[in-house]
Amino acid sequence: MTTPTTLFEKVWADHVVRQDEGAPAVLYVDVHLVHEVTSPQAFDGLRARGLRVRRPDRTVATMDHSTPTLPRALAVVDPQADAQLRKLRENCAEFGVQLYALESAQQGIVHVIGPELGLTQPGRTIVCGDSHTSTHGAFGALAFGIGTSEVEHVLATQCLLQRKPKTLEVRVGGKLGPGVGAKDLILALIAKIGTGGATGHVIEYRGPAIEALDMEGRMTVCNMSIEAGARAGMIAPDATTFAWLEGRPMAPSGNAWHEAVARWRALRTDDGALFDASVSLDASALEPMVTYGTNPGMGIPVTGTVPRPDEAPDASSRAALAKALEYMGLAPGAPIAGQRVNVVFVGSCTNSRMGDLRTAARIMRGRRVAPGVRMLVVPGSKDVKRRAEAEGLDRVFRDAGAEWRESGCSMCIAMNGDQLAPGEVAVSTSNRNFEGRQGRGGRTLLASPLTAAAAAVTGRVTDPRTLMGDAP
Amino acid sequence: MSEPFTTLDSPYVVLRADNVDTDQIIPARFLKVTDKAGLGDALFADWRCRPDGTPDPDFPLNRPEAKGAHVLVAGANFGCGSSREHAPWALVGRGFRAVVALSFADIFRQNAMKNGLLPVEVPLGLHEVLVAERARDPAARIAIDLAAQTVALAGSTAASARFEIDPFAKECLLHGVDELGYLLARLPDIERHEATRIS
Repeated sequence: MTTPTTLFEKVWADHVVRQDEGAPAVLYVDVHLVHEVTSPQAFDGLRARGLRVRRPDRTVATMDHSTPTLPRALAVVDPQADAQLRKLRENCAEFGVQLYALESAQQGIVHVIGPELGLTQPGRTIVCGDSHTSTHGAFGALAFGIGTSEVEHVLATQCLLQRKPKTLEVRVGGKLGPGVGAKDLILALIAKIGTGGATGHVIEYRGPAIEALDMEGRMTVCNMSIEAGARAGMIAPDATTFAWLEGRPMAPSGNAWHEAVARWRALRTDDGALFDASVSLDASALEPMVTYGTNPGMGIPVTGTVPRPDEAPDASSRAALAKALEYMGLAPGAPIAGQRVNVVFVGSCTNSRMGDLRTAARIMRGRRVAPGVRMLVVPGSKDVKRRAEAEGLDRVFRDAGAEWRESGCSMCIAMNGDQLAPGEVAVSTSNRNFEGRQGRGGRTLLASPLTAAAAAVTGRVTDPRTLMGDAP
Repeated sequence: MSEPFTTLDSPYVVLRADNVDTDQIIPARFLKVTDKAGLGDALFADWRCRPDGTPDPDFPLNRPEAKGAHVLVAGANFGCGSSREHAPWALVGRGFRAVVALSFADIFRQNAMKNGLLPVEVPLGLHEVLVAERARDPAARIAIDLAAQTVALAGSTAASARFEIDPFAKECLLHGVDELGYLLARLPDIERHEATRIS
């Protein structure tokens, strides 16, 4: 009898090229995603050593981080960003890498287009010089972010040197209530285990509440695995996964599709397989979540109150909380609902897909963005943008007074000119509320698309369930 | 290739914070570069400078005694967040050779070691001594011996600890070599593996 193994262990074992005594494993990379910010120094490294991209056919590039989201005819935000984008074009041309550039119909945030193109498949190893590569784990891939030195290693050899991470089971039972979604689930998990709670581990999300999520919800959950410190997050592929992937441009077709699905069905954690650690969460008990502080672990239910530093367990967390609240301009003990909001951002690799836009539109339909509030809706890819427009979602947002933008990372990372002014408060569907993340001095409250839309129409942090009426 | 790391005896700077994320180490607006030059100037840009651009004299890196410090001491989960290797590039660009912390985020730890920047994880006891000693004596120094895997308050035998490091990364750091050479030497294995891959 073979030892029962986890989903992660199966994918890992399938990609170990070689394992020498005392050395990390040589791990094969099936798909390497590349963008403008973390690749130029890696291509320079290849040039300096006279190396080529070993497998251009397994390498795909796009432009997303520093790209403008106003109509493309306008200039890129500054000459430096422009030079970086030009550099990516030159590098991809020189090394024969497929590039979905600004003008491409498939351009978009790297973690949105990978799945859309069907590049993201169960059982694959996927890396990118971007920490939110964990997103692709939603398909049962082993996907993780790497630094630029490692980008160079993968370009040169299609492999990485990796120590085998530990495994963490996150079991989510119960059923999410109305108005509570994948974003709330992952924010609740990070609030529970902390931003370093999964360091050194690959998370596998399991249980009825995970199986009930659609692919977009699963991507939202896996996306923020890194915010708990995890190396990666994974969900076992199932009928939901296969239905989403079938017919995608780079997914297998015909007989190859059926063979692939048969292989993918085996990608499950065996009964009796052991995890290094385990955490459980009850989805039925969750409420819409919102962050109040300066890291993604500082989250509370929207019905809750801002924690008091004097109730923190030790001196160091007291100091950290006091500093965070000072930065955020929030009073200890104040209800989070009702806090004034200046900007609402719906977008990012966490929440910029069709389902996210539909959810936000549900609240916006027939309502107006509150006076004095600015709302940006930034679709994750051109494909999402086209489909949203075909459905009339752009009209819903525009009619409400929101700005409907071109696809890109936009205000999640504020490299492209979309940013907060000092002191401004944003409710944002992105993934990081670090100091200055959305612009120096800007204050970010992370939330779901539904909660973000509710904030847009009321101008205050608002429990979205109060605006949902009897809608399902 | 980076400068070999063997031993270090240096003054140190203390940053009393947990969860120092890479957006603080180097804010995203400085990532629009295509090389690594000058990133040291952007290190902790928004903590070092006030909104009007003038240096905050109270920020530890701006204190006169920070000059010549090659070690940064920080709290738990240092380097969390983004995978930007610009973070270690900025630290190295500013002259740092080691970060001593209660714990590190995974990607930062990997990125640091690939740039000759040693991540040293220390227990709370030693961390507290280092913080207190630095407050008492601005000339306090840290001594690190990578081969022996020891870290200590220089001149003290009591305030010292052994630290863990991946043995492979340790060899690379000691000799200033990178991992790419090792990977390139395994191309025949990689070709054999590729021949068997389905997807």
